[in-house]
Amino acid sequence: MEKFKTFTGIVAPLDRSNVDTDAIIPKQFLKSIKRSGFGPNLFDDWRYLDSANPLNEKQTRKVNPDFVLNQSPYDKAEVLLARENFGCGSSREHAVWAITDFGLKVVLAPSFGDIFYSNSFKNGFLPVRLKAEEIDSLFNSVESRKGFKVTVNLEEQYIETEDKEKFSFNIDAGLKERMLEGLDDIGLTLNHAAEIREYEQRRKKITPWLFKEVSA
Amino acid sequence: MAKTLYDKLWDDHVIHDYGDGTALIYIDRQLLHEVTSPQAFEGLKLAGRKPWRLNTNLAVPDHNVPTVNREVIEDPISKLQLETLDANCKETGITKFDMFDERQGIVHVIGPEQGASLPGMTIVCGDSHTSTNGALGAMAFGIGTSEVEHVLATQCLVQKKAKNMLIKVNGRVGKGITAKDIVLAIIGEIGTAGGTGYTIEFGGDAISALSMEGRMTVCNMAIEAGARVGLIAVDQTTIDYVEGRPYSPKCEEWDLAIELWRDLKSDKDAHFDKVIELDAANIEPQVTWGTSPEMVTSISGVVPDPEHEKSDVKREGIENALKYMALKPATAISDIKIDKVFIGSCTNSRIEDLREAANVVKGKKVSSDIKLAMIVPGSGLVKHQAEEEGLDKIFLESGFEWREPGCSMCLGMNPDQLEPGERCASTSNRNFEGRQGQGGRTHLVSPGMAAAAAVAGHFVDVRKL
Repeated sequence: MEKFKTFTGIVAPLDRSNVDTDAIIPKQFLKSIKRSGFGPNLFDDWRYLDSANPLNEKQTRKVNPDFVLNQSPYDKAEVLLARENFGCGSSREHAVWAITDFGLKVVLAPSFGDIFYSNSFKNGFLPVRLKAEEIDSLFNSVESRKGFKVTVNLEEQYIETEDKEKFSFNIDAGLKERMLEGLDDIGLTLNHAAEIREYEQRRKKITPWLFKEVSA
Repeated sequence: MAKTLYDKLWDDHVIHDYGDGTALIYIDRQLLHEVTSPQAFEGLKLAGRKPWRLNTNLAVPDHNVPTVNREVIEDPISKLQLETLDANCKETGITKFDMFDERQGIVHVIGPEQGASLPGMTIVCGDSHTSTNGALGAMAFGIGTSEVEHVLATQCLVQKKAKNMLIKVNGRVGKGITAKDIVLAIIGEIGTAGGTGYTIEFGGDAISALSMEGRMTVCNMAIEAGARVGLIAVDQTTIDYVEGRPYSPKCEEWDLAIELWRDLKSDKDAHFDKVIELDAANIEPQVTWGTSPEMVTSISGVVPDPEHEKSDVKREGIENALKYMALKPATAISDIKIDKVFIGSCTNSRIEDLREAANVVKGKKVSSDIKLAMIVPGSGLVKHQAEEEGLDKIFLESGFEWREPGCSMCLGMNPDQLEPGERCASTSNRNFEGRQGQGGRTHLVSPGMAAAAAVAGHFVDVRKL
């Protein structure tokens, strides 16, 4: 995973609450066995006026000009601004893969679906919780000025607007470190291999049935 | 110190406490299906890693499987995904029930059915409805694909401990009111983000009175209230359900297990960060009208008017939902006509659900206004039992289709989908835009209410049929 670095990027406003992962990447695109290539189908039902044919790679889609990410300069946005409970619903990590594949690096919202939130960190994508009134203020700025930019600084835990307004945010220390260092989660856990084995030995004595094979 | 059930399950599985609210916790069981596992197996292979504890994983194909003619899978992309699960399980040696095995079914149905999900366990699966297994008094939750790989490689996960919420449903429900109505009423009360950051324990007399099937329906939809984990304390109902299942403990181990399991309940003085109480007697048959499970009312209700909503964000949410659902404010729920009926999904495809629906349609015919009414059992074993009880004949005689098990029209990854504009009475768990098919309109209901709607051609109070 790449290290998360401070950057300044365009904010795209998606003024909806409860944006679910089915909306972020509809089920017809979950059949892929790869991690990449989901970007063109991000928000597919909203972004296009026709249906996708996953079997036709050369299909030209009918773009919905009213959808924010289809409009310039938001097609180059790196920050998404959304409302409550963003990423609720299904556990599909494909939602995060689609978002990062599109080029987004950060989403700002008052709250997130729990599984989406944790999936984000596995892919170097940063979900930032801000207060509802701060989100309101950002929507006002972004909607009155196209191409409005913010700087995202994870190290110091703040978002700074081009008007020099600063919003600080909270994040678990462990998650922050992994993002900043681009660490491999599995490698870190395997540093505890001895503790895991010890736990298994101890539990085997108390709850032996949990260690029976699931055989065919 | 007094502990909640969740505290007990958590403490039993902590391997390493990082001191910042997160801990490395041990995972007893991982269930796998074809949609969220391929990239995990690929990642494992690319890193040159092997599964940490091979034989605690159990795999089953469910999302893509056709519910008719499964010998031929026409969609080549679905076919490749199913074949990839076969190949990955073969290569690693993970046990898998294939499509033609009678034990195959929806992953959240077969876990408890096989005794692969047991009280006191930590259970994960790359699927948010893993919360279903919490009905057994297990800490079960949905994870993303990176975490699937993490569990394969280490048998552990780094997790942040959630807060404790107790939802008490006091008293008894009225006749004809089911677990589905209870959980939809709860979501209507607390909202789809009401449980975010919490583990929800469901309690109270109305919950204790439920069968295991009903309890699974309730815990299944904990995620629809925002909570990754839903829990119900272990009691005699739980123990009776688990006894004698293929992977359940046997003989002396059984005696040892039930002694431990009897403590899987919250201590009397345990602290909950939030407590919500509902009166069961007030719960009526529920029907969703919008595009989020919290957009729900009772069968005697009407479609709401966005003009009455004070919050701008909520008003826009209602307007968007009504536009998508093609509904006008103040329309009586019982005036909403439907095109298709789907009885199935990890929420409502167990034997009790099928009995409930059969009871309603017995001797009646599906309305001629209904284009398709289908029953999709949760597993091959549920199907088998239903056939032994003659339920298939009741359904077929009334005009329902009787299908093979799988996720089917809950999300339409297989050919079972709504056409644009079609309206469905569905026993599934999500009424999101496009969930059952692009442009499709979903109304979530109980199996009895779906069956009643099939007969009437529109929503109708199952208690009055």
